[in-house]
Amino acid sequence: MFSVDLLINALIAGVLLGGFYAAVSLGLTVSFGQLNIVNIAHPAFIILGSYIAYMCNSLWGLDPILTGIIFIPVFFLIGAGAYRLYYESFERKDDEALRGLAFFFGVMFIIEVALIMVYGVDFRTVQASYIGQSWKAGGIGMPTRMFVPFCVSVVMFTVVYLYMSRTFNGRAIKAVAQDRLALQLMGADPVKIKQLGFGISIGTAALAGALLIIIIPVEPSVGRLYIGQVFAIAVLAGLGSIPGTLVAGLILGVVESLVATFFGPSWAPAVAFGILLAALAFRPQGLFGR
Amino acid sequence: MLMKSLKKTTLGGWLKRSFATAIVAGAVALAAPVQANDTIKIGFSMALTGGLAGAGKGALIAMQVWAEDTNAAGGLLGKQVELVYYDDQTNPATVPGIYTKLLDIDEVDFVVSGYGTNLIAPAMPIVMQRGLVFPSLFGLAVNEKFNYPNYFQIMPAGPEPLTDWSKGFYSVAMAQDPPPKTIALVGADAEFARNAVKGARIQAEELGLEIVYDESYHPKTPDFTPIVNAIQARNPDMVFVGSYPPDSVGMVKAATEVGLKTKIFGGGMVGLQFASIMTALGPKLNGIVNYDFWVPEPTLKFEGVEAFLAKYQKAAEGQGVDPLGYYLQPYAYAYLQVLGQAIAATNSADHAVIGEYIRNNSFDTVVGNVSFAPNGEWAKTRVLMVQYQGIEDNELATFTKQGTRVVLYPEEWKSGTVNYPYAE
Repeated sequence: MFSVDLLINALIAGVLLGGFYAAVSLGLTVSFGQLNIVNIAHPAFIILGSYIAYMCNSLWGLDPILTGIIFIPVFFLIGAGAYRLYYESFERKDDEALRGLAFFFGVMFIIEVALIMVYGVDFRTVQASYIGQSWKAGGIGMPTRMFVPFCVSVVMFTVVYLYMSRTFNGRAIKAVAQDRLALQLMGADPVKIKQLGFGISIGTAALAGALLIIIIPVEPSVGRLYIGQVFAIAVLAGLGSIPGTLVAGLILGVVESLVATFFGPSWAPAVAFGILLAALAFRPQGLFGR
Repeated sequence: MLMKSLKKTTLGGWLKRSFATAIVAGAVALAAPVQANDTIKIGFSMALTGGLAGAGKGALIAMQVWAEDTNAAGGLLGKQVELVYYDDQTNPATVPGIYTKLLDIDEVDFVVSGYGTNLIAPAMPIVMQRGLVFPSLFGLAVNEKFNYPNYFQIMPAGPEPLTDWSKGFYSVAMAQDPPPKTIALVGADAEFARNAVKGARIQAEELGLEIVYDESYHPKTPDFTPIVNAIQARNPDMVFVGSYPPDSVGMVKAATEVGLKTKIFGGGMVGLQFASIMTALGPKLNGIVNYDFWVPEPTLKFEGVEAFLAKYQKAAEGQGVDPLGYYLQPYAYAYLQVLGQAIAATNSADHAVIGEYIRNNSFDTVVGNVSFAPNGEWAKTRVLMVQYQGIEDNELATFTKQGTRVVLYPEEWKSGTVNYPYAE
């Protein structure tokens, strides 16, 4: 069954979903792509962001996105602290490959168990005026529950992109994994630069978590479901490319939406990941990788 | 000096405490088998973490309430009851190991199932091999292929669980004038949802309904807007959904946002019965016709259910579980009631004797009178079809009131009439 309305609706839904996918993958692009830190605990930090948004929403009626923005500095500090621990324990001893991975596994489980102990295992959601509303024009609809996270995601990408491309520290973050020595010759401390980068990576999780709980109900282990997805987007983007992450998220979102609408939703993940495989076969460095 | 002294004391103290702890732990371990003779151990796995943990942890509290009640009344066979359980992490792969440990290491006297189809089926071969009585908690058509005579399933799906599950959905719809002619079927690509949709498909074909959409989706689908748009494009009279809690929320939100126009919507959506999800969705639930097992309607006030719920709700405070406990919890209490009543009546711990007794008798429980068909399902279905009506806010108290989830089916338990259509 095909109609123009259905096609436009599918494209809109796909773009909005893609913006959300990109938002949850941005932190990983910075940590995995630019800093060479395989932070598999990133989805757990996102869930932590979701629970903080839930807590502020249920206790004080605070908007989840506002909560996410308020908590970015807190998450930044957590990220900076976590990197310092990671550096002192593993990276400094050139022991980060396997033990570092185990470290982030541990962090993931600690966050998950802590959330279970504090909040239990029930599903949590938030209330906001834009959840459940939709703008309509004829047969075309745009759910504000997806539109608002999309807009926030685009703003977040713009800010991070501008910071990374227009400031000395931002460019240093992009350079630190490529040529540590050259960075030192420029007078920058690679450890502090990586600390800053990892802080930014975890900082984005505060806002991404708020976007997640706007879209779906969360429970402590829900992050595990999305590990594959966020890594796939970061890889498809071309490890480290911020605009690439947004484009990869949009591609995955649009493809999933079109396939779900016209060919059946059970095919959507298979086709989306098929595109990832095809892209990597023809362009192993990813869409925007060099 | 102070630091040195502190370190010394701390290290010395730690060693002493560790040594003492090891001795005490050893003593407890040695003492455990002696204590075991004085207790009846009931073992099970339960989803205490992972996707089904919200329900699993609530079920565990209900089971603990039963154990307390039973022990307060003198226990079973003159012994106190002890529950031995492990977290299966909502992971079927952990289940065989847990039941093997329960039986071989913990030496439990009885085992009962964990929560949910996916976590019951992996325990079946172990239980069957040893000829154990196996009360089961909310498995849909698990025994269809095993045909194990000592399997007793407490969910009131009925003797033909695949089709009995959605019978009420069709019964309500086909009683309308004119009756619906087309249906869309959609469900998660997972065990329970597949079975629920399969049963719905069989009945749609038997009733001569035209199936205009029949698709499954991946369980981690975050946005259901494309699916609801695709369904809407086919303009079905009925939409049957087999979904798990996060998907159910996504589906209801998408239906509201898209403005789904259909005559009857719902069917097999797990999660809409949970307090956290009901309060999250609030008025968006109005008009949905969905399965349920117990709701606070006057037709379902079975003896003991309100007393149980009062105890459960008190025990659940601050535990991060469903604060109302209407859905699964009374049944988690009841499946142990069945086992307990059978042990008491036969005055035996012999599984063959107990199994025979359960097959041939009925049991008064907090979920009403229960008797089992030869396949271990309820002898007669009591899957309720309820409709959410008159919900105006997101307050928890709203969902404790009569009339917010009106029972439409079965006729015997009916408490109101359907608002039809869902949306035009």
